[in-house]
Amino acid sequence: MPINPLKISSYTLTNALGSGNQASLSALQTEQTGLKPNDFDGCDLKTYIGRVTGVEDMVFPESLSDFDCRNNRLALLSLQQDDFTEKVIAARKKYSADRIGVFLGTSTSGILQTEWAFSQIDENDSLPKEFHYLQTHNVFSLADFVQHYFNLNGVAHVVSTACSSSAKVFASAYRHIQAGFCDAAIVGGVDSLCLTTLYGFNSLQLVSEQKCTPWGKDRLGINIGEGAGFAILEKSNDQPDEIQLKGYGESSDAYHMSTPHPEGRGAAQAMQAALDSAGVKRADVDYINLHGTATQSNDSAEDCAVTKIFGSEIFASSTKGWTGHTLGAAGITEVIFGCMAIENSFIPVNLNTSIIDPDTQANIVMKQTNKPVKNFISNSFGFGGSNCSLLIGRKD
Amino acid sequence: MGIKVYLNSISLVAPGLYGWKQSLSVLSGKAPYIKTELPKLVPAILPANERRRTTPVIKLALHAAEVCIGENLELAQEYATVFASSDGDLGIMDKICRALNMPEHPVSPTNFHNSVHNAPAGYWAIAGKAQYSSNSLSGADETFAVGMIEAATYAAIENKKVLFVSYDYPAPASIDSVRHFDSPFAVAMCLSAEKQNNSLAELEIEMAQSNEYSLCDSAELEQLRLDNPAARSLPLLQMLAKNQTGSVIIPHLQSTCLSISINVG
Repeated sequence: MPINPLKISSYTLTNALGSGNQASLSALQTEQTGLKPNDFDGCDLKTYIGRVTGVEDMVFPESLSDFDCRNNRLALLSLQQDDFTEKVIAARKKYSADRIGVFLGTSTSGILQTEWAFSQIDENDSLPKEFHYLQTHNVFSLADFVQHYFNLNGVAHVVSTACSSSAKVFASAYRHIQAGFCDAAIVGGVDSLCLTTLYGFNSLQLVSEQKCTPWGKDRLGINIGEGAGFAILEKSNDQPDEIQLKGYGESSDAYHMSTPHPEGRGAAQAMQAALDSAGVKRADVDYINLHGTATQSNDSAEDCAVTKIFGSEIFASSTKGWTGHTLGAAGITEVIFGCMAIENSFIPVNLNTSIIDPDTQANIVMKQTNKPVKNFISNSFGFGGSNCSLLIGRKD
Repeated sequence: MGIKVYLNSISLVAPGLYGWKQSLSVLSGKAPYIKTELPKLVPAILPANERRRTTPVIKLALHAAEVCIGENLELAQEYATVFASSDGDLGIMDKICRALNMPEHPVSPTNFHNSVHNAPAGYWAIAGKAQYSSNSLSGADETFAVGMIEAATYAAIENKKVLFVSYDYPAPASIDSVRHFDSPFAVAMCLSAEKQNNSLAELEIEMAQSNEYSLCDSAELEQLRLDNPAARSLPLLQMLAKNQTGSVIIPHLQSTCLSISINVG
């Protein structure tokens, strides 16, 4: 039976393209990447990164200073765009502080702060006193910060399932609303640049020296980006122009810790489950925002999965060429890109890729296409074989 | 208004509380709590090569999970999973942060893929061929309450069987000064929306109206409850061990509380 759709009543997005929705939309429409040669402090890897400017110079509120770290700064910067803070305050007035859930995703939380603390470790193996581990690096710190920032005291959790984290929060929020634990939810995710992911993905030989080329013939791997995005989910009030969460599918590859199932078994299962839970026919999906990391293994597995479920006609593209792979923030980032595609009737090109992998079966969008989009699927897949596909669209 | 789910099995792994049946007399107050060291945990579900690649934290979570499933581990395939941990693998964080502060930043690829919060969930899915949804989450000190809501909500709304595991493991010396647990603690529960032949109790879960939560019956168990986020489950486990109908109040986020009513009828 289809789920009861939820209204996505507002959203905000911050990443290497800039702070706030307009920066992302303009860059998508003018095909301007946010990727730049790596200049992240303390990292000498030859690669491109998707870095948000201005995070270092932000002023963090004194009352929340224990939460101060790059990850929560990025969260705050994002919450301050697009009147999002005002919209949450209005929702709090409407629903009350204990009836708004907070479901956010991250993969590495504020580990950069712990990396710094270890650079200061003393001869007794003690970390510096100024290090607030629980408010910065603990996995929950992101939602704890957001609950404190908005004075919310309802249900909340942080999902950390690597790169599917901020997609899966939509499913968590749906279930909590459906079960009556909250009436509305703030969903989203934040992941910030750190040495752990830069050198960690490099140790797995998955980092590209060039700008990433999803589905490219000679693709070399990922570029790491950072980003933050948030959305408010509420029960539908059946307005014709509503953009809704219509369905979701979650699955496990049960195959390998850091490599997807070669035929995309779990990915296909997640997309099929999203269709089933939405009660939407394949033919009524206009666009797939691919996970499309630009690793050899992801793109070929996802190509199999997409064509298995949708055939090879449906428009599909990866937007990692704009932002890099924002890991735990990829889900929310790409959901919001899809919402922009609906509202502005265009399908983003598969940026940076000039020569497509000859084994490709899917219809990878190589030229920006103006076309109405009613429904799209957003794919997010992570280490540990964690898969999530979301089906989002205009109200039927 | 709350949601109702059935509790079909429990496993418990903590010093002096090793195994659910073995812990019943201590939990029900018939025997004193004596803190004895845990044996070395060797999850049977993991193939030998994977055992070598996994950490004590992953082994703790997987051991609790597999004991909860029972002797026939093929049943693992029937469950969606929720793995709840406040802090994940602090031993791995220590190793990675030390490596990053050395010349050449020699992060081990195995440590890196084990560093994800969903590492136990990933190993579980692979070893148990479990292809359903899996969530891995944190709610800091209130992780047990938060995980319980997610697991019960999943079972009730998706109408699927859920294996819920809550675990946390002591930090290495460096991180211990900022995040201290004396003891490892893991508890796992199989939940379902429909009553099963083996159902132990019906649980009704809702936000509590009061912010006074239940304590453990003895000072020793109360100390354990406060030590580890997963041990916040102890008042619930004590009531279940006594096979009593009643309710417990568990601390939830931002000074709120969760009520869990137990019906053993």
